Amino acid sequence: MHFTKIINGEKTEIHLCEHCAQEKGTEFMISGTSGFAINNLLAGLFNLNSNIEQLNQNNPIQSGEIIQCDRCGMTLNQILNIGRFGCAHCYKAFQEQLNPLLRRLHGGNWKHNGKIPQRSGGVLNIRKKIDILKETLQTLVAKEEFEKAAEVRDEIRLYEKQLQEGGE
Amino acid sequence: MSIERFINQSISSWMNADGPQADIILTSRIRLARNLKDYLFPTIFTKEEADKVLKQVESVIPLLNLHPLKDAELLKMEELQPLQKQVLVEKHLISPSLADQSITGACLLSQNEEISIMINEEDHIRIQCILSGLQLQAALDLANAVDDQLEQHLDYAFNEVRGYLTSCPTNVGTGLRASVMLHLPGLVMTQQMRQLIPSINQLGLVVRGIYGEGSEALGNIFQISNQITLGKSEQDIIIDLNDVVQQIVNQERAAREAIIKTSGVQLEDKIYRSLGVLMNSRIIETKEAAQCLSDVRLGIDIGYIKNISRNILNELMILTQPGFLQLYAGGGLRPFERDVRRATMIRERLQMENNN
Repeated sequence: MHFTKIINGEKTEIHLCEHCAQEKGTEFMISGTSGFAINNLLAGLFNLNSNIEQLNQNNPIQSGEIIQCDRCGMTLNQILNIGRFGCAHCYKAFQEQLNPLLRRLHGGNWKHNGKIPQRSGGVLNIRKKIDILKETLQTLVAKEEFEKAAEVRDEIRLYEKQLQEGGE
Repeated sequence: MSIERFINQSISSWMNADGPQADIILTSRIRLARNLKDYLFPTIFTKEEADKVLKQVESVIPLLNLHPLKDAELLKMEELQPLQKQVLVEKHLISPSLADQSITGACLLSQNEEISIMINEEDHIRIQCILSGLQLQAALDLANAVDDQLEQHLDYAFNEVRGYLTSCPTNVGTGLRASVMLHLPGLVMTQQMRQLIPSINQLGLVVRGIYGEGSEALGNIFQISNQITLGKSEQDIIIDLNDVVQQIVNQERAAREAIIKTSGVQLEDKIYRSLGVLMNSRIIETKEAAQCLSDVRLGIDIGYIKNISRNILNELMILTQPGFLQLYAGGGLRPFERDVRRATMIRERLQMENNN
């Protein structure tokens, strides 16, 4: 028995005896089609959500630009075809298109609510501290308590230095 | 090599069937997907970049301060024979795509095979922990411990809003896939499984056969896993899965009791016929072997069969796969030869039980 499967233009020929075709044949067929289905599904999810404006953006002829990740160069169409992103930056580059897709994939969710890495999470924590201190600083300045304000300003500088050293 | 030695060398810790509720739940599995922020995802990265990812992860291995990873072994896909890779896939330690499609793919495998860290699969790093029985929390704790250790030395692709960034948007956020493998002959026999699957799906969970996506439920073994990875905490994901699994387990127990009450003799007949097939056949195909093993395992669980240990289902479901049979035979086998070997292996394994 001979199968020919073509995935993303790549042709694979499989030759199986009858017995293997019985055992494995369906496996090939199913795994082949399921990958295909996932890509299609993703493309469908994007399209379902695209309003006219977005369609225009997606159409290079009409809008004059192709949305592309400025780090890895993947275009939205390529991502849809493969069903995967090219790099971490794609999540920023396609931020606007991403919300509706993520909502559909994750039961309405679009924002992470789980674990934060310990090391880079430390950076997140420092940023939060700086935000709070800056607010304090403004209140102190408004109250003309300049001595205390100077202390807070030094503290902020210290944290900002930590951020820079953290390689952020 | 004797069958006993072969089996001893082949079994992973989870096959011992000593975890909680191991009469119905074979394994609990946790997978965390992680990527390094300085490299393109495996979707499009070059061989050169893939090499760098592996090199960086490899350089971190000696720094990992975690007892279960002591003496862990790094297996590079390029250096393995196809048969060795197939066996790792059959044991669920690596994915088929790492074995066949990865660029510079590798796997760091702990001694007891409870932890496997895949490198350069769909994501740069995939941490997987498999434990016997229903132990989602313990498996998550273990995976988190491995993750924390890796994160001390590696810069992950993480974003405050989206969480851990993965190449496929279906994994983003926690990067967590929690799955439980269950043996559900009672629900299949009473035809309840077909109705149950759509309701499980509605709860945001996926039901699959033993070898993942698209595979059929050989031997009445099903995998149930979470679909949603974003917006829920890791803890909530496993609590929700655990709740559903516990309900299914209760229904399976009820189904078994009902069958015993209404058609005890027929059930006993079916189970002992299957045992007869396994003990006496000279040629047996995967599917028939899986069904008979399922029947015999049910017989052991409900107390009809007393002199055979429970882990034969776990062991033989894996050991009678094509890759293992060929490894045991020491080379390639034609399908017909495999069916003969399979029958022999099962008979010899059952013989071991009688000797003990």
